[in-house]
Amino acid sequence: MIGLNEYLILSGILFSIGLVGVLRRKNLLMLFFATEIMLNSANIAFAAISGHYGDLSGQMFAFFIIAVAASEVAVGLGLLIVLYKKQGTLDLDNLAVMKG
Amino acid sequence: MEQIAFYIFSVLTIGLFLVTVLSSNVLYAMTSLAAGMVIISGLFFLVGADFLGVVQLVVYVGAIMALYSFGMMFFDATKDIKEKNTNSYLVFALGGMIAVMFVVIFSAPVIGENIQATYFVTGATNPQAVGLILFTKYLIPFEVAAIMLLVAMIAGIILAGKKMDDSLTTRDENHEEDTTFGLKDEK
Repeated sequence: MIGLNEYLILSGILFSIGLVGVLRRKNLLMLFFATEIMLNSANIAFAAISGHYGDLSGQMFAFFIIAVAASEVAVGLGLLIVLYKKQGTLDLDNLAVMKG
Repeated sequence: MEQIAFYIFSVLTIGLFLVTVLSSNVLYAMTSLAAGMVIISGLFFLVGADFLGVVQLVVYVGAIMALYSFGMMFFDATKDIKEKNTNSYLVFALGGMIAVMFVVIFSAPVIGENIQATYFVTGATNPQAVGLILFTKYLIPFEVAAIMLLVAMIAGIILAGKKMDDSLTTRDENHEEDTTFGLKDEK
């Protein structure tokens, strides 16, 4: 029988994969992908705890996380397109234009 | 049976997300991310959150990944991303340690058995129970989320739809000097 701990361990592993992606990648689109991975790992933890306790609040929070992720993608992709129009690249190292 | 499904789903999800994080091609990363989302919805079905699994399929795989692949038309997706990574092992160790710390912090009260379940719904299937809870206890967050999605839609239209008639791909030959300089306003 799979208990709560296995789901939490899986969620932690996925969150660490996403965090490594955020720390390691230099491309902004890849940073968005890594953020999606982290949000999904949080969703797994919420759904597992909700199923374990028989309480539906965890699933509600997972729904709101999905809504936040959808709006984040909409706004973030618009910003990426504007940035690509101006810069011609999505590399984070080329964005240091405010460096004195 | 549940154990077999759980372990298959976990191994597949971890592998696909590792491909997403470590691949240097944007198309491979996006495809493996979409596949990982599908398998995560399988995990939701396993937990008993049926409606959440369906929403995950529809919103993540159907909407968000489609949005990414439409946005991919604006970027040059075929060439590999060149990144210089200084110390990869340090990043792996730091990321793992920070993530384990987060998980311990947030799961300590759950493990401590102090949490009482608040909203029970008995005698209803999962989508019915979700509807009952969502439109009674969580009505105001639901409406706020709707307004947030509207604001995000307007922001996306305004940000991406401005100067749509400018071609992005033929721009480099015409204005070579514009791309080298940074966030300068066009005259």
